[in-house]
Amino acid sequence: MGKQMTDTANSLDNRPTQAEIDLTTVDGTPLKAALANAQKRARRRALFLVLPLLLFVLITFLAPIGQMLLRSVHNPSFSDHIPNLSVWFDENPAGTEPGEAAYEALVLDLRSMRADKTMGIAGTRINYDLPGSRSLFTSTARKAGALEPPFQEAVIATNEKWANPKLWQVMRGASSAYTVDFYLAALDRTRDVNGDIVAVDDDRKIYAANFLKTLFLAGLITFCCLILAFPVAHLLATLPLRQSNLLMIFVLLPFWTSLLVRTTSWIVLLQSQGVVNDTLVATGIVADESRIQMIYNQTGTIVAMIHILLPFMILPLYSVMRPINPSYVRAARSLGATSWTAFRRIYLPQTIPGMGAGGLLVFILGVGYYITPALVGGASGQLISNFIAFHMQKSLNWSLAAALATLLLLMVLLLYWLYDRLVGIDNLKLG
Amino acid sequence: MKRTLLIATAMTGFAFAAQAAEVTVLGWGGAYTKSQSEAYHKPFTAETGITVNSVDADNPATPIKAQVEAGNVTIDVASVEFADGIRLCDEGLLEEIDHSILPAAPDGTPATDDFLPGSLTECIIGTDVYATVFAFNASKFDGNAPTSIADFFDPAAFPGKRGMRKTAKANLEMALMADGVPAAEVYDLLGTDEGVDRAFAKLDEIKDMIVWWEAGAQPPQLLADGEVDMSTAYNGRIFNAVVGEQQPFEIIWDGQVYEFEGYVIPKGAPNMEEAKAFVAFAAGTEALAKAAEWISYGPPRVSSGPLVGKYFDGSIEMGPNLPTTAANLTNALASSNDFWADKDTELNERFNAWLAN
Repeated sequence: MGKQMTDTANSLDNRPTQAEIDLTTVDGTPLKAALANAQKRARRRALFLVLPLLLFVLITFLAPIGQMLLRSVHNPSFSDHIPNLSVWFDENPAGTEPGEAAYEALVLDLRSMRADKTMGIAGTRINYDLPGSRSLFTSTARKAGALEPPFQEAVIATNEKWANPKLWQVMRGASSAYTVDFYLAALDRTRDVNGDIVAVDDDRKIYAANFLKTLFLAGLITFCCLILAFPVAHLLATLPLRQSNLLMIFVLLPFWTSLLVRTTSWIVLLQSQGVVNDTLVATGIVADESRIQMIYNQTGTIVAMIHILLPFMILPLYSVMRPINPSYVRAARSLGATSWTAFRRIYLPQTIPGMGAGGLLVFILGVGYYITPALVGGASGQLISNFIAFHMQKSLNWSLAAALATLLLLMVLLLYWLYDRLVGIDNLKLG
Repeated sequence: MKRTLLIATAMTGFAFAAQAAEVTVLGWGGAYTKSQSEAYHKPFTAETGITVNSVDADNPATPIKAQVEAGNVTIDVASVEFADGIRLCDEGLLEEIDHSILPAAPDGTPATDDFLPGSLTECIIGTDVYATVFAFNASKFDGNAPTSIADFFDPAAFPGKRGMRKTAKANLEMALMADGVPAAEVYDLLGTDEGVDRAFAKLDEIKDMIVWWEAGAQPPQLLADGEVDMSTAYNGRIFNAVVGEQQPFEIIWDGQVYEFEGYVIPKGAPNMEEAKAFVAFAAGTEALAKAAEWISYGPPRVSSGPLVGKYFDGSIEMGPNLPTTAANLTNALASSNDFWADKDTELNERFNAWLAN
């Protein structure tokens, strides 16, 4: 086949059109098809090789993310338990005054919830949108068995909240398993009685401002890391190998140390009875009663996170600086550039891929950081991931956690896209 | 030969079966788990041969939903606050426990009559009464020490740092009591928007001085480190730090919020039979009394009361240190399970927003 291919190449030069028609392999199949076949086989083999990895990524990465995305818009915990009410909601358009039929459906559903012990689940779903409704469901469901028609009066007699039009509007909304309400909540929005989207009260606003704060802190931390890492990386890249290896160990040692150990060390150093404050008091810089609060607040989060994320900036910078030829800067100097100009116009531009990679790494890690703010952030140093964790682990409102997480993911993707447009993702060197 | 082999195989099988009999109990860690370990875990293993695996969480109620919904339940028994237990039970996440498995009192009174009112529900078997109180480090105050819940919320008279649990529960009640609301009216007031605003306004006055804690073992640590001058805490943790570690802490019972705590079994617990046996064992008159000798949480059974003697090392009478002793109840509030089962989500959201702003 090799010989024939060389022949083909030669003949292509002379008579291209006829060659295309005539060319076949030894067994008579057209060359084009044979080639395509061979390539297909190779591709299949390659696919076969990456298949384990592909499956791994699908199962452990994409599937959970997909499930999370779904959870943020899909919450069947109310709609699954109201067979009778859903029929009534379907038959009557929004805004219909709930009459006897509606209340009868309600009582039937409450009875079945009582039997399956699901009134807590259903009530919790309504409680997300209308706080205080949970006990309405649990207490009325307990009494539902004894209620007699006319149900409208009977139900309202157990608790007058059942007559609240807002409650019926919320129940109608929750009667469909698919909803965007969790995204509204994640952006400090809610629906009023008419179903229009409005901002929540000022003393309940929390997430929108925290998203901005998270972005700002991650940006600040990235900037500080860059300022701190640049000279270190430069030193590492320019020192003789023996000394730079020793320095490298100092950079890597904390990198290999457990995150928890490093965070806890900061608590020991920074707490108000800690090493730093004790030193300041002992040297008389600070009075004993006015020790500086450096931890359990935003300052603690910033300091500890800069320290923990610093190696992610140093290493890419170092890997970019190492191969930069020092003779470029020398050449610039010999042609009359000041040391500042030589740095700015010759050295700095060559480190941009490292700055880009380090910056992106630190920023994306910082935006999603969770454990360090949880330990040293106190009240003011909490990032959005801490609220996601709160709703995953404590309030157990997984749909809201999923909505918050999805928004965070979208924000990071948006920034990634912006970065690609501004700096170019190819212009990135991780090591 | 064949027979020996058969017998040997059978015996190995039995040995494995015996080894496999175990029950995993999720507790709160620290001195509290220690008390449960001494009073329930060890005697239970001694009596039945069933191994007890003890694991801890900041609040054992929170992993239950995650485990049951994910269909991967690894714990058999968990110690939870009553309000959380009621909430989980309503959501169908807990196994119902038949009260007839609970042992009767020594004099034959059935358990259902012997347990204090409200300390048994279809899913929760009460184990103790604990209180959220505030305590101070006496070495930080000479002479002018705090004496009432109002002092805890008085930034002018006591300017030092104070620790509080990072949650709405108990903090809002204490804030209102410090603001002069009688204990009996606290939950009526908290049920209204004005009441909640008033509680947060009171918390606002000391917001900058608060160090927030999450695990029950933290407040004694914060007090001992000098990180805070006073802190809200579970009374048993302070008691054990004072008696066990000779810390100079003092408890202020004024404005205490007390609540039942109990054992629950998550739906689908892997060792259901052992779990039920364990809960029944722990609900026994003597086991409950013994737990109260390791930590100052009161037993929820009438018949256990007279059996509670001194701290396990014989150094101190437990009676005056229990939350339910008459002298400690002069201005005390029984935590409302229904209120918190219902309002927990809403008030914690408000609390988080308040913290973040």
